[in-house]
Amino acid sequence: MKEAGTPDRTITLDIFRYQPGERATPSFQTYQIPYREDWVVLDAINYIKDRLDGTLAYRWSCRMGVCGSCGMMINGVPKLSCAAFLKDYYPERVRVEPLENFPVARDLVIALDDFIEKLPRVHPWVVREDAPPAAAEYRQTPAQLDRYKQFSMCINCMLCYAACPIYALEPRFIGPAAIALAQRYNLDSRDEGREQRREVLGAHHGIWDCTFVGECTTVCPAEVDPAGAIQQAKLSEALSRVKDLLTPWGRR
Amino acid sequence: MIEPLRHDVVIVGGGGAGLRAAIAAAEADPTLSIAIVSKVYPMRSHTVSAEGGAGGVVKPSDSFDEHVEDTVSGSDWLADQDAVEAFVAEAPRELLQLEHWGCPWSREPDGSVAVRPFGGMRKERTWFAADKTGFHLLHTVFQTSLRYRAITRYDEWFVTRLLVEDGRCRGVTAIDMRTGRLRAIAAGAVILATGGAGRVFPFTTNGAICTGDGMALAYRAGVPLKDMEFVQYHPTGLPGTGILITEAARGEGGILINRDGYRYLQDYGLGPPDPWPRLRAMELGPRDKLSQAFIHERQKGRTIDGPHGDVVHLDVRHLGERLIDEKIPFVRELSRKYVGIDPVHHPIPVRPVVHYMMGGVHTDIQGATPLPGLYAAGEVACVSINGANRLGSNSLPEILVFGARAGAAAGAYAREQRESRRGTLEAQERDEEHRLRSSFLEQKGGGERLAVLRDEMTRAMEAGCGIYRDEGSLRGAAGRLIGLRERFSRLRLDDRSGPYNTELTAALELDFMLDVAEAITHSALARTESRGSHQRTDFPRRDDGRFLKHSMAYRAPGLPRIEYLDVVITRWPPAERVYGG
Repeated sequence: MKEAGTPDRTITLDIFRYQPGERATPSFQTYQIPYREDWVVLDAINYIKDRLDGTLAYRWSCRMGVCGSCGMMINGVPKLSCAAFLKDYYPERVRVEPLENFPVARDLVIALDDFIEKLPRVHPWVVREDAPPAAAEYRQTPAQLDRYKQFSMCINCMLCYAACPIYALEPRFIGPAAIALAQRYNLDSRDEGREQRREVLGAHHGIWDCTFVGECTTVCPAEVDPAGAIQQAKLSEALSRVKDLLTPWGRR
Repeated sequence: MIEPLRHDVVIVGGGGAGLRAAIAAAEADPTLSIAIVSKVYPMRSHTVSAEGGAGGVVKPSDSFDEHVEDTVSGSDWLADQDAVEAFVAEAPRELLQLEHWGCPWSREPDGSVAVRPFGGMRKERTWFAADKTGFHLLHTVFQTSLRYRAITRYDEWFVTRLLVEDGRCRGVTAIDMRTGRLRAIAAGAVILATGGAGRVFPFTTNGAICTGDGMALAYRAGVPLKDMEFVQYHPTGLPGTGILITEAARGEGGILINRDGYRYLQDYGLGPPDPWPRLRAMELGPRDKLSQAFIHERQKGRTIDGPHGDVVHLDVRHLGERLIDEKIPFVRELSRKYVGIDPVHHPIPVRPVVHYMMGGVHTDIQGATPLPGLYAAGEVACVSINGANRLGSNSLPEILVFGARAGAAAGAYAREQRESRRGTLEAQERDEEHRLRSSFLEQKGGGERLAVLRDEMTRAMEAGCGIYRDEGSLRGAAGRLIGLRERFSRLRLDDRSGPYNTELTAALELDFMLDVAEAITHSALARTESRGSHQRTDFPRRDDGRFLKHSMAYRAPGLPRIEYLDVVITRWPPAERVYGG
């Protein structure tokens, strides 16, 4: 536990509470805790859990921005709570809520089922018919790696779904992270699965639902640029459709 | 009474080892029903935090023997050499398998995979995906696992106990965290793949979930924990948080300097400092020796005071912005975010931090434990290839090699098993349900607070079982652990509810950690020598006559019983560890 700082200063957090059955009416609970300059919001929540109120439920693990567990709405903005510093809010109050656009399971814990169901639909694996090279790697130049590298950085934190106004209105929209992942494999020189993925990306509630608001890219903590991925996917789908029209027998 | 859920193979843990095991079992026999039961979604598993890379012989300049020798000398000769040979032979195959599955390995200009140097190696052999190797490895294996219909996942199910019937492991009980309900899951075979236990200590690179669950589950079922006294301190953690700064920062040419700007490692048998970079020398020495050197520097008053304790400086400025951004961008991101330092312009403050458990559940080379039907792979297990000090970049290939081996072996075993007798698992489930209620959810007396006990445990472990130990410090820790175990029986939870009762699961984790801490302390107390990461100031020499042996900690009434098992030596007889020069 970090102990540096000035314990006489305090900061106030208003935290969303909900629990099926016992606390079934959502409410905010207010906690006043010591303010420490080097704390992130997750440190503050851990302080509350450990010392003030063991009933508060939330997810966290790596506390270094890579496991994707601790996404929350912080003053209305989707953020990783391990990367949101108290000093950016102090001395104002901090409002902490579960990620928007998801059912709440309890307190700050959202239900992830929708994304978990969508993920395999975009076939996020290398699709190839021939066997891989024996005892050797597929050759892939640094330039080929760069084509998809950015889209391979997604940590599945769900901030982009929480920020997406389309997903808010149409939960069947396959969504930014899933499309970025599909595009990550589409652009990988080892993959031949683009036609398979078109069935989801090009279909109803695929890429065409997106109206390019770009909020997904703004909130992404891993600099994946899902909005860019979606735009690329749209362009390539449009080209494929033209090709399908010109060569109807060529479509598998 | 609800019927137990049933699968042929139940894997506890959905990180790299668990997912690799699941795929191996499914590939060996697609008719098997395989379950992954994990307290977190797979992509949250701690594999995700591994940074620097994965060792595997692939370049013509490298060789099988050199990887074995680096691993064995790194282990201070406590690794089993038959296991190391199998590991070194299979690691490149597994890393290539990952490549075929789409892992975005960093590349040479000709398109072949690139390798980088790591500590304690005489050749460059660490495959990497920039400095988020574990993240890419985990997501690649997770996404690939989605193809296999034979695999069913129980995400956010917390395993509380192994079910044992007629001397065989026949399943687990687990809390479905969403509802809070306990269920029995029957299995032909169970594989533990729960990772490490760094959270037993206060200052660790490990995520919150690394609480030794699988170690304690096996220990309670009578399986010995092997070599638990060997705890790896990584030399470069960020002060305050313990966030890891990868060894790749030094592999790429970073240096460690003390308060006088002096490369102090030259004073500890790792020099001379130049030419630099140089393999198996200075900052590319083994982790145990680098972390021990920090303690000596501190005793000499040559470390630097910081708000979160003493530090030294890791300086990568001379590498330049372009190389830093290409090869170690995460180092830059973490340093800027968590200590407010841009390593392009300023040295990074670092200190040794608990990183990895060399010890774990005793298994053979196929991942089988002495309890029929129970297997283990990854950091939770001790095969052992890591001995007294793990070679950097061996842990990622280890989870793949031994995950695959355990998956195949457990699948073959499960095929031969018949269903357990009706009612016996249900009876164990009822017992477990009763234990959870009476100990935690309907506890009447007591007023002990979870976080207080946890903090005291971690402080006791740091004080007693740190980089340097002696009989007094270890006895002190052992005594405090006995007191904490007694106070734990008077734990009082705020949360008595069902859904996502994370206070209950945190209490069960502390329960596990107290067992793991006990095994660490007593194994360390009994080993009256110094070897690798286990440094006894009262017994400063390695003693091959008495201790070229694995410690085996068995749970027993009162204190654990420590027995010993000979180390397997094939072609590399014990010798002095030589670095630098």
